[in-house]
Amino acid sequence: MSVEVAFRHRFGAFALDVAFAVERACVTALFGPSGAGKTSIVNAIAGLFRPDEGRIVVNGRVVLDTRQGIFVPARARRAGYVFQDSRLFPHMSVADNLRFGWRRAPAPASEAEIARVIDLLGLSQLLARRPGTLSGGEKSRVALGRALLSSPDILLLDEPLAALDAARRAEILPYLERLRDETKLAMFYVSHTVEDVARLADEVVLVRDGRVTAQGSVFDLLTQIDGAGIDPVGAVLDARVTSHRAAEGLSVLAFDGGQLIVSQIARAVGDRLRVRIRAEDIMLAREEPRAISANNVLPAVVAALRFGAGPQAEVQLACGAARLVARITRASVARLALAPGQPVFAIVKSVTVDSN
Amino acid sequence: MTSFLTPAESQALLLSLRVATVAVFAALPFAVAAALLLARTRFPGKIVVDGIVHLPLVLPPVAIGFLLLTLLGTRAGLGAWLFHTFGIRFVFSWTGAALASALITFPFQVRAIRVALEAADPGLDAAAETLGAGWFDRLVNITLPLAFPGIVAGLITAFAASLGEFGAIITFVSNIPGETRTLPLAIYTALQMPGGEAEAARLSLLSIVLALFFMTLAEFVQRRMRR
Repeated sequence: MSVEVAFRHRFGAFALDVAFAVERACVTALFGPSGAGKTSIVNAIAGLFRPDEGRIVVNGRVVLDTRQGIFVPARARRAGYVFQDSRLFPHMSVADNLRFGWRRAPAPASEAEIARVIDLLGLSQLLARRPGTLSGGEKSRVALGRALLSSPDILLLDEPLAALDAARRAEILPYLERLRDETKLAMFYVSHTVEDVARLADEVVLVRDGRVTAQGSVFDLLTQIDGAGIDPVGAVLDARVTSHRAAEGLSVLAFDGGQLIVSQIARAVGDRLRVRIRAEDIMLAREEPRAISANNVLPAVVAALRFGAGPQAEVQLACGAARLVARITRASVARLALAPGQPVFAIVKSVTVDSN
Repeated sequence: MTSFLTPAESQALLLSLRVATVAVFAALPFAVAAALLLARTRFPGKIVVDGIVHLPLVLPPVAIGFLLLTLLGTRAGLGAWLFHTFGIRFVFSWTGAALASALITFPFQVRAIRVALEAADPGLDAAAETLGAGWFDRLVNITLPLAFPGIVAGLITAFAASLGEFGAIITFVSNIPGETRTLPLAIYTALQMPGGEAEAARLSLLSIVLALFFMTLAEFVQRRMRR
């Protein structure tokens, strides 16, 4: 499972020149500001637009190679595309929308598979309805189901949450997480919302002004403070439930850099989940604080420092194999005499658990 | 109806309905093709094609009738060939009246379908393509169903306009009772006879009622289907 993308294209004054490769079946976020060229990249992968020159390989199949004159049309690429505006066929029922790609797939999904997708996305109550009668969140789910049932080689999601309000987003995100965890598909997820990326992505490709400016795992890239990446919002950690302390209403999670105590979550011991710690939610201390209300105090080492224009400073921390990032004031950095290599204690004020 | 109209008048009415029905349905595939060409493609000389499609709107119908007569008369050219090879004859036949009506009302159909095609979201077409649909598949399952209200409205408008066609029919296929004498030709004939004013008035009233009915129907269908 791999996807290689490298192409150039000129749209009037805007030039797109991108190259990246993803070597595993995972969720790759194409992240960057609006107008950076993210949608054009997924359109090129889907075959909806033909770059001036370049080469795109999906799972070993060359779908574009301008030098050899190869251009596989969109209808033959088997890219499941979930558009920002859903694009459900208004003259068909939800069931007919879902069946549209399925009917045209070279190896259509089995009845059991269809039932599984309908169940995964909670679509069973919607099948007889017309798209015009659905809410925004329901439309997104149907569009996702329609793409999945076309037996795609790859799934392309172009900001499927952008048109939704906060409540609807919260409704869809768990479905996307289940999809990530339960399917073996390579997914490309276009987003300009760092929270979505932190929650869903495994790999991140940063796109800015038509160029790929950085690429890396979400765990590394969201804690980078060298300015090449995203404004670091905080750390994303891959954690596992180790025990529940039911009497106290707490759960204990283990991650690469130690353990975290969080409010009790409805997950079984051994389950893996993703937790996020915002840069604002970490305080630093030179000495181990005793008598303190915070449940989580993690020993760490300062890995890097960055000073911005304002009074703030970003401190990247190595906590075991994991990376954290803290945003504190420059004054605090000076007072604590922080420098790379300095051991510190990270006092975690709050941990966000993305529960499915 | 029979008590209101004389047998000759009902004959003219039924003939008009038959000519208009055949005319609009025969023209439909060509109108869809022309609308697709104008709405979905870009090519050099498109403005000229657009002009030709709309020509019947502004050309004198008599000129069109004369053109058809020249082209399809059985004495020479295409008409002679069609007659001698296939036995197809348009002149002095109700099928010729239908052909003339089809040509005259063609722009009404093209316009309505084109507007519907242009209003449809091209993104739906792209979505269908990513789901594995080729161009003909998309045309039949996405594009045309979405343009359906426009197609129906175009058909009805063209049908109503077809009922009123006079100049092209009388020039091309003459005024033969029971064969080519449609409502407008029957009105004209009545006016040529002394004391025919009452008949002309009845038939004119009938024409007004028919036109009003079908125009209202076209509007209703379009509103109903747009939702």
